Formats: sequence, structure tokens, C-alpha cells
Amino acid sequence: MSDITKQSLTELVENIKNKKLSSTDVTKAFIERSEKSKELNAYITEDFTSALVKAKKFDQKPNLDLKLPGIPMAVKDLFCTNNVKTTAGSKILNNFVPTYESTVTENIWKEGAILLGKLNCDEFAMGSSNETSFFGNVQNPIDKDLVPGGSSGGSASAVSGQLTPITIGTDTGGSIRQPASFTGIVGLKPTYGSCSRYGIVAFASSLDQAGPMAQNVKDCALLQEVISTYDPKDSTSIDFKRNQYSKELTNNIKGKKIGIPKEYRVDGMPKEIEDLWQKGIQYIKDCGAETIDISLPHTSYALPTYYIVAPAEASSNLARYDGVKYGFRAKGENLIDMYEKTRSEGFGAEVQRRIMIGTYVLSSGYYDAYYLKAQKVRKLIKNDFDEAYKKVDAILTPSTPSSAFKIGEKTNDPVSMYLNDIFTVPVNLAGLPGISIPAGHDSKGYPLGLQIIGKAFDEQNILNIAFAMEEKINFKNKITDWWIK
Amino acid sequence: MSIDLKTIKHISKLSRISVDEKRAEKLAGDLNSIFDFIEKLNELKTDNVEPLTSVAETTLKLRPDEVKSKNIRGQIIKNSPQDNEDYFVVPKVIE
Repeated sequence: MSDITKQSLTELVENIKNKKLSSTDVTKAFIERSEKSKELNAYITEDFTSALVKAKKFDQKPNLDLKLPGIPMAVKDLFCTNNVKTTAGSKILNNFVPTYESTVTENIWKEGAILLGKLNCDEFAMGSSNETSFFGNVQNPIDKDLVPGGSSGGSASAVSGQLTPITIGTDTGGSIRQPASFTGIVGLKPTYGSCSRYGIVAFASSLDQAGPMAQNVKDCALLQEVISTYDPKDSTSIDFKRNQYSKELTNNIKGKKIGIPKEYRVDGMPKEIEDLWQKGIQYIKDCGAETIDISLPHTSYALPTYYIVAPAEASSNLARYDGVKYGFRAKGENLIDMYEKTRSEGFGAEVQRRIMIGTYVLSSGYYDAYYLKAQKVRKLIKNDFDEAYKKVDAILTPSTPSSAFKIGEKTNDPVSMYLNDIFTVPVNLAGLPGISIPAGHDSKGYPLGLQIIGKAFDEQNILNIAFAMEEKINFKNKITDWWIK
Repeated sequence: MSIDLKTIKHISKLSRISVDEKRAEKLAGDLNSIFDFIEKLNELKTDNVEPLTSVAETTLKLRPDEVKSKNIRGQIIKNSPQDNEDYFVVPKVIE
């Protein structure tokens, strides 16, 4: 079967359960395609030999009751994987081999999935184009020289290019939804506290969440069902009743009220994005749901707030990389000199920039003016959503203010790069779930996404809305395999 | 507000990242444009707003005080940058 890699996760699971395919067939197919796809630079570490061994072992005694029986998958290189190098896209972790497993990946292996390898990402997940990775930029399967978005750029590229049937990414300010939008796939950022952060290389602890990326909504729901568990090892993990997201998935969204926030109509937004949004509103109505104009008045303050909160937390989290206990170490004349050289040589430019912003806003004399101020505005942003959810069940917005841009186009202007996350960042600040689904193409043929934002812990509802809209949109990704010689 | 080279040197020291003159100038430019963007927050009056420290509205759970990881010294020092048996090795700190 040469078209194995074109199948969705749901189809692959069914074919393995019906014994039409073995785990070895499927694993081999994705390895072969990954081998032919090196130009995308989606992988940092390949684990193909051991994936095949695991697939054969699965086939000898297949447990077909599992949710991901013998399904191969690659994951973002931000998840610690036992005995498999984990770099976070950074030189400073280039030689780091964890001796433990992240809870989210542990959940996946327990359900029968098999690790294919670790996927490229922006260094410490800091970036919107996958250009800050120490391991080089990633190509977007949609078109050559186009960024796949970031920070989960390798993950988005690998799903869109069919190098892996599904994957998991992480999202601190849009790092799942923005690349999903740029590559024509589905990406879900769950509610803060839904997926354990244990074993995920930390960026900004009050914002980081792991989440699924897939070719369609159903696959996304199934993966979310597997990764979302209460975990005592993460003190912010929340013990709530989790749905069987894929089993409870329905396209019946009749009577749902969907908010359309006027503040998301930003200056300079291309007409194509506005048109897409209007199309989305029409799809919502075609599904029997109702749209209501709402206001989220503090939307324009979200990005400035984020660029205080996230760097502040990052500067604390990244203090651990000192060259002493693990990771890269530079030679220094004394201990302090060793620290300073290790961090100067080990971190890339964007990470250093953010550590410095964070250090500055937390430093003596500036804490109240910046960090405390940002925490207060964060409260106002959350209040906006709380107020809106008295009237609506979910909110519909564009996922990004533009389609994917060219590699190198925004690297010299950090603020223009940050503006990419204008529609996704408020969701992280308020701790809400958000999903991006492919909803159309721009004039260049590049995919565009729509975002559905839900109430906290209401993943089932936004998955249902996405599922209903997906049927109406009937999106087809335009992948030409240009990178395969 | 403007971040000058002296401030960059100060932040560089606090964050333990050595920065040479050329990089310091570039960083000053970058940080100034980022802080211009951040200053927008000053448009808002926030005197009576409670700061939001965490969106996870949950109290920390207590658990029994049990040792779960035992005899993992080997695992802990496995990734240390300099070969040794039982310790992390750093440059000499006492004269």
C-alpha cells in the first residue's frame, strides 16, 4: 500500500485493528517518506531503527484494544524522552539525553504509539517561524522557502508533509495554532492545566500547554483524549472530568452561540483574512448555530502583556542552564566566566534577547512598572473573556493575521515577528482552549486558518464546532511533494 | 524610555550572559523597539486591578511525604558536562 502515509490517524487505527495493515507496514511507510523528506529539515533526531524494532514487537503480540495501536509518531523536541536526545532546538541541550519521560509522551506510548523521532522547533519554543532553531530552519511542505510557522514548525511540517500521521506540539503564545494554520492542518491548544507539563522543557510556565496536531479534527480529538490526564507531578495540572473527546464528537452544534469579537479586525489585516472570517461566520450559520457580535476590549494589550510575562518566566526558567549539571559547557577562567560564556555561546540570539527582557522587567526598580503592570492587564484580558462567555458558548476569529511568509522575511525585526501571534496570545493569557482549523487558501494558494476559542475545560465544545465546520469547509491541502526528488 | 549601553551591560551581568560591544549595541536597538511596543500598557489605569498570577484556580494538593525516586545518583550525573564519578565538577572557586 503506497498510500499509507496519506491516511488519517483514524483510518490507520481502523486498518491496524482490522488487520489490513500491520504496525510494521505503517511504520515502514512513514520512515521511508521521512527518509525522502530530509530537505524539509523537520527532524532533529531520527529514531527509525528502534521504531521498526518496536513495530515488529507490537505485531508479534498486538494489543488491539489500545487507542493508538502500533501507530508511529514523531514528537516536538521539547518533550523529554527517556534515552532519546532532547534538545529543545538549542545548542545548550545538544548533548542532553533525558533519563525520564514526559507525562504526555508516556501517555502516548502507553496507548501503543511508537516514537519515530524528535521534531525541529524554535529554540526553547521562542519564535514564530522555526528560524531560531540551532538545527536550522524548517521548510513548509506547501511551498519552498516558506516558513512553516513556529514554534512547533517541525511538527506542523511533518504532519502536513505526511512524515508522521499525528504529532504533539506545545503552545505558549500560538506555537501550535499558528504553524497549523500556515501548513493547512488542525492544531489544538488545550485549557491550561489539561495536559501535564511534567517533562516538557519549560519556557513560560504559566502559559505553556502541550496539544495535538493532526490532519483532521477527529484525529485531534483522539490524541487529546490520550494526552490529557491529571498528573500529580505537575502542581498546575487540574483534576477535572475529562471527556472521551473522539467518542463524544458530534457535528450537531445547532443553537450554539458563537461570538465574533470586533477587536480582532486589526489595522492592515489583508482583505483575504477578513473574507475568510466572513466565510467562517456563514459556515457557523449553515451548521445551525448563531453568531453574536461581542467585544473583547483589551485585545490590543495582549501582545505587550505577553512580551513581559513570557520573557520574565523564561528568564527564571532558563537560569538552570549554567553548564554545571547537564548540557553544553564553555571553557571559562573561573566559575562566573564559565557561566557567562556557556550562556553566551549556548543560547541563540532570540533566546538571549528574551532572557534579557525578562531579567530587566524583573529587576529592582522595574518590577512594579512592568511585571506587576502586565499581571494586572492580564487580569483585564481574562475578565473580557469571562464577560463574553456570559453571552456566548465559543468565539470565532482568524488564527493568524496573514498566511505563511518567506524564510528570512521577518528575522531582522523582532516586533513584526511577534505580531504574528496577535490572535493566539490572548487565549494563552486567559488559559483557555483554542483550536485552529484550515478554512481556505489565499491568492497564492497558501492555507489560512480559523480559530475557535472555548471556555476553560470546554474542549469538547470547540472540537464539535470545528468538526461541524470542517465538514462544510471541505478543505483540501495542496501538497505537491516538491521536496521529493 | 531608552535602554542605553550601560543598562545592557547591567542586564547582561544579571542574566550571566557575556555580551561584547557590537552585540550590546544591537541588543540595545532591539530592546528599545520591543519596549516602545510594551509601553502601550501605560495607556491603561490599573490601580484597582488585582494582578493575575495564575489562571489555574486551584489550591495545591497535599500528598504523603514519601520517597519515590531512590538510588538515581547515576541518572542524575549521567549528563554532567565533565567526566567524574560522584560529583559535578566546576572550575576552582577557592583560591
